[in-house]
Amino acid sequence: MAREVIAYIIHKEGIADDTAIEMISAAHKIDPDAKLIALVAGSGPQLDTVCNQIAASFQEVWKIDNEALAYPDAELIRPILTGILPSGSIVLFPNNTFGMDLTPGLSIKLDTAYLADVVDFEGIEKGKLKTVRQEYSGQVSTHVLCDISKGIIITVRPGAFKADESKTFNGSIIDKTNEAFQEGIPRVARRFLEIVEAEVGEVDITKSEILISVGRGIEDEDNLEIVFDLAEALGGDVSCSRPIVDAKWMEKSRQVGTSGQTVKPKVYIALGISGSFQHLGGIKGAPFIVAVNKNPKAPIFQIADVGVVQDLLDFIPELTDKINEIKG
Amino acid sequence: MEILVCVKRVPDTSENEIEVNSDGTDIERGDLVYSVNEWDNYAVEEAIQIRDKIGGSITVVSVGDDDAEEVIRREMAMGADRGILLSDKVFEGADGRAIASIIKAEVDKGKYDLILTGAQADDGAGQVGGMLAAMLDWPYASLVNYLEVIDNQKIKVGREIEGGNQEIHEINLPCVLSIQTGINEPRYVGIRGIRKVASAELPIHGAKELGISPEAVGHTGAKVQKVDYFVPDLGEGAEILEGSTDEIVEQLVELLKSKGGIK
Ligand SMILES: Cc1cc2nc3c(=O)[nH]c(=O)nc-3n(C[C@H](O)[C@H](O)[C@H](O)COP(=O)(O)OP(=O)(O)OC[C@H]3O[C@@H](n4cnc5c(N)ncnc54)[C@H](O)[C@@H]3O)c2cc1C
Repeated sequence: MAREVIAYIIHKEGIADDTAIEMISAAHKIDPDAKLIALVAGSGPQLDTVCNQIAASFQEVWKIDNEALAYPDAELIRPILTGILPSGSIVLFPNNTFGMDLTPGLSIKLDTAYLADVVDFEGIEKGKLKTVRQEYSGQVSTHVLCDISKGIIITVRPGAFKADESKTFNGSIIDKTNEAFQEGIPRVARRFLEIVEAEVGEVDITKSEILISVGRGIEDEDNLEIVFDLAEALGGDVSCSRPIVDAKWMEKSRQVGTSGQTVKPKVYIALGISGSFQHLGGIKGAPFIVAVNKNPKAPIFQIADVGVVQDLLDFIPELTDKINEIKG
Repeated sequence: MEILVCVKRVPDTSENEIEVNSDGTDIERGDLVYSVNEWDNYAVEEAIQIRDKIGGSITVVSVGDDDAEEVIRREMAMGADRGILLSDKVFEGADGRAIASIIKAEVDKGKYDLILTGAQADDGAGQVGGMLAAMLDWPYASLVNYLEVIDNQKIKVGREIEGGNQEIHEINLPCVLSIQTGINEPRYVGIRGIRKVASAELPIHGAKELGISPEAVGHTGAKVQKVDYFVPDLGEGAEILEGSTDEIVEQLVELLKSKGGIK
């Protein structure tokens, strides 16, 4: 019998998240012959829309439909999944804020192995799954061998696997609702109340064509001036990485990344930013990326088009002067 | 409120270039500067603010070797009431699950209302808090960037989700939370503060004190095992501009002009 790989599908307003089809290529890297099963929880017509969409890419779709699941609350979904996931399964989740909330505890409840934020798979050898992870914000990678004899829960990094729509199936949709709610709606000790939307700020960096983005390498709030001077010379806007917002040096609406804004400029200049995946996750539309960083091994240089290995505190004023000089 | 905060000593990535050692078994640890994991500082600060508002006490715990004592003392200097080091030869090679079970054994010896961890540490896994909660059968919330104590039965938390939006929950005590950066502004710890706690009592609990069987933790108990470190070959990467600063500036200005980077 083919090995089964189950992928948990994140969806919103009737549309499956990009990670749904990324997990297909992830699953094929685990085992090219694996049978792919999508697991989709939610409620009502929007859930059906997602299931129909996903059935084209998966051999089987397991649907769990209940009003209580209208908002995906990890504390509620965990006991439900504990009840329906077959023992010994390989189950994939995206490493997003939902996956992070749900999965470590799920692995304990199912008594399986656990691995978070996997960026690549290198197949199964002698019953062990070989995976690739990163440590130290992407500065080094590691191979991790996983004992999957009792199953494993894995979160995969969004964007790390290519979306795979090469194979089309007419997957059967199997309603697992009754099985999932055999014992009624689980009683949970955490109750979801509401979503508070992020505040809108003075500049809308999502509309900027030129972004001058500053990170922890700026070292001191007073140094921000040289960044704003450069932005003015270039006619661009200033954005930043998360530590700048955490330090309260800039407002949250200027933060680029998964927990900030998604930007799509033509040119992105990263100053003293290491290039964590959470930061890069907010840069879309393949801009021309320039990175200035004093560490030649900073991961940002792997994705930038052009790099300058220098101390930004010295380099930026020189660059600004030159631009002002040409502009006259 | 009795609060336990879990902290980890990690290489400081803003101070170090992390490199793989010559045989790929580890990172080069020779000249590394270590500090307390960035996220953990926010967790300790949050605990201090809660205690100062409603009373109670804070225990800081770390699983590690003797060197971890230094970060526990730092967090005591910040304002935690006591520290415990969970250390034993047999803990070496522990995976996330083993770390959680070691901490669970310590939790079982005390009486806590709230356990805080950082949202993640140097390995980016963010797993110990969620596993610990499941082992204790307590509710869990990750990525907490807002916390309000309602009464001695429940608290209100905000989880930071995609786009910087916030998911608000009410959660019963006792519970485990992982704390996201930005929830507060961790206080500064001076040399004097650290000196003050230098000789404070700091018990060390090993497998025996915790009643943990060595097979369950460490290398033998691990279901996931790191086999090597390497630097991935990710293709070309950036074209690094070379020359004097003047020359680099010239080249960069030309490139920016051609790509529409100057308005
Ligand atoms: C759930 C979650 C969500 C997150 N969301 C986001 C997000 O939306 N956006 C985001 O940015 N981060 C996010 N993060 C944080 C992320 O993991 C990193 O911690 C963060 O991006 C690091 O920011 P940085 O690159 O500015 O700092 P660091 O990683 O500390 O890098 C600083 C860089 O500056 C360089 N440098 C230092 N001094 C100089 C100098 N004088 N000249 C030149 N270079 C110098 C250093 O070599 C280093 O590469 C999130 C984390 C989590 C867990």
